Amino acid sequence: MKTQVTLAEGGGGEATADLIKRVFWSRFCNSELLKGNDASILKVANQRIAVTTDSFVVTPWQFPGGDIGRLAICGTVNDLTMMGAESLGITAGFIIEEGFAVRSLETIVQSMADTALEAGVQIVAGDTKVVNKGAADGIFINTTGIGVVDSGIQLGGELARDGDRVIITGTVGDHGAAVILAREELGLRARLCSDVAPLNHLLLPLVKRFPDKIRVLRDPTRGGLATTLNEIARQSSVLIRLEEKAIPVKSEVQGITALLGLESLYLANEGKAILICDQEISEQLLDLLHKDPLAKEAAVIGRVSSENPGLVSISSEIGGERILPMGSGEQLPRIC
Amino acid sequence: MCLAIPGELIRITGDKGEVSFSGVCREVDLRLVPEAVVGDYLLVHAGCAIQIVPADEAKLTLELWNQIMPGVAEDER
Amino acid sequence: MNDSNPLAEIISCFQTDFAALHCTLMEVCGTHTHVIRKAAIHQLLPRGIRLLSGPGCPVCVTGSAYIEQAIRLSQEPKVLITTFGDLLKVPGNHNNSLTDARANGGRIKVVYTPLDAVEIARTHPNLEVIFLGVGFETTAPVIALSLQTARQQGIANFTILPALKVLRPALEALLTDDSINLDGLIAPGHLSVITGADAFGYLPEKYGLPTVITGFKTAEIWLGLTALARQIKAGQAKLENMYPQAVSNAGNLAAQKLIKQVFRVDDGEWRGLGVLPGSGLGFDKEYLRYDARVRFQLEPLQSVEPPGCLCGMIILGKSEPEECRHFGRTCRPEHPVGPCMVSSEGTCAAHFYYRDRRAREDDEDSSYLG
Repeated sequence: MKTQVTLAEGGGGEATADLIKRVFWSRFCNSELLKGNDASILKVANQRIAVTTDSFVVTPWQFPGGDIGRLAICGTVNDLTMMGAESLGITAGFIIEEGFAVRSLETIVQSMADTALEAGVQIVAGDTKVVNKGAADGIFINTTGIGVVDSGIQLGGELARDGDRVIITGTVGDHGAAVILAREELGLRARLCSDVAPLNHLLLPLVKRFPDKIRVLRDPTRGGLATTLNEIARQSSVLIRLEEKAIPVKSEVQGITALLGLESLYLANEGKAILICDQEISEQLLDLLHKDPLAKEAAVIGRVSSENPGLVSISSEIGGERILPMGSGEQLPRIC
Repeated sequence: MCLAIPGELIRITGDKGEVSFSGVCREVDLRLVPEAVVGDYLLVHAGCAIQIVPADEAKLTLELWNQIMPGVAEDER
Repeated sequence: MNDSNPLAEIISCFQTDFAALHCTLMEVCGTHTHVIRKAAIHQLLPRGIRLLSGPGCPVCVTGSAYIEQAIRLSQEPKVLITTFGDLLKVPGNHNNSLTDARANGGRIKVVYTPLDAVEIARTHPNLEVIFLGVGFETTAPVIALSLQTARQQGIANFTILPALKVLRPALEALLTDDSINLDGLIAPGHLSVITGADAFGYLPEKYGLPTVITGFKTAEIWLGLTALARQIKAGQAKLENMYPQAVSNAGNLAAQKLIKQVFRVDDGEWRGLGVLPGSGLGFDKEYLRYDARVRFQLEPLQSVEPPGCLCGMIILGKSEPEECRHFGRTCRPEHPVGPCMVSSEGTCAAHFYYRDRRAREDDEDSSYLG
């Protein structure tokens, strides 16, 4: 058993899942938490309140297409959205490293205000701490999001069924690739932006329109599409079968992954969602998604089966089918 | 054993060049391909160009197919 | 060949034409291992054709003592270890890795190219920058360029901890091993860019081994496999270059000249094969001051094989990952026992990541693979 936490535990893959189970779930034992969804649902009087928390530690704090502030609001709103909740309010706690520029802080906070307006949510509570130089990487932001779920809406990673279709709302790996670009030491330049965006306006109307037919919503953030689909496959005890050629990827993302030996299926997305829906509505859902600028490239990328529960498989261009595992930690550039 | 991918040489500055890989640009060392000119496609490994390659690799693969398996690869690009 | 239809037809013809062929093929390039398994090409080969992975992954063939040296150096004051990402998770002698060393305060930085490491040395004269120089002949030229740059610019705080390998002695050791019977070789596509296709002529000439230099796209790999299967079926043994767009007969002469200038041939230590004369690259005397072993007066260390780890056998194609008791259980990508599970081109990693879905239905005790 490992005695030290390493960056692998923060990567969103197997190592993270392992840490969460062994250290946190074993002690914070309650059925709602252990469902492993993006937000937990608490019953308050006759309402179902969704609660989620997230921390944002991205370095550098600014990247093409956004910054840590925008990421914080979108990430939180999206987690609530994935459980079908209307976002009511967000809290924001800041841990700031001594020496961080006030101008940078202002940019980040303005970005949060702008994004909150865009998403139609308010930042209703906050906290600020300053730590010694070296104790934080510039700035860390922690949020809590509160929302309310309409009666009749039931979403969760455990609800995927045999025969369901798997839809992705657009190209994969954009955010992860954009952050890599922003890391100057790799010396890469490209016209590629993070896809960071709030997805509530896109997805909540669809969930309301097809309450029983859309069963799972999840945004494939840390660990990428592969890791998130594995989580769902485990929660629902199903096999998710993907078609490699159906998965939309931008050519710049392909360039970065080819150059560094990375895999786009394991890079983070911050403005995309997986929808798992009844096969009856998949075509109609695609038509509706295509009308929105955030989902012009939405595509059906796979289907759910009951054959090998808890796994994800992917078929290559020549039809060979292999298992697509969960991510295992840091994705590192390689030459071999 | 070695990841090497082709990209287009878009600028030369002394011993180094700017190469574009599907729109992603990086500085690449050109000392091993002294004959390279702007517009060439270069095979790049670990930040160093190791070969000039044709822009249309797929065409050459098809020609090779036709040599070793006549009549099989009938589809023309 | 973008459309999968001609490719499907080609595969179908292959399966028909070579349905009765019984042979053992080997590829010796980690990138070939990776792409073949990723595209699930091995699933579509007729049953009689066995495809083995050989010692083509430079990370996998590097002994644990090398990582141990790097870990110890990373703890020295002012030292910055720069490395390709591939090495970060490889276990050293005590089952810890450079990732663990970093968590313990070791200064370690991943770079995309050794040329960036030289630049870091230039801009940080207070640091001792050491680059972990692992690779085959494909990587030797860029490492040589970084040394030349350091020398030309008078950069005194840059050294390399070398572990460069030359492939030929390892291939010859394999071919003279009676327990391995190969019928054909898929020769590396990028290493041959540097050495030239002719450098593989000894394989058919001296060993009667059909040899085909192959590219990396799915279509190119099928092309290589087809050429090889045809030779074997016809009882031929020749060298064919199915990747002429990148590989010339003579290779990259500028690179070869540079390798001769900067390096000299030395002994090389290979996991699974031990020490092979002439299989490593050491430094020419003009460049000895850039050898970290000299600079830091390093004592040679012995590599430690973890008990039960079959990497040494797997690298040579003598065992399959599934035969190793650690595979998928105590040895997984997030906690590897041996290097074959760490590198994306390692055979164990390829078998783990690119497992056939249907094969699991036959495997009773497959829970460990979940």
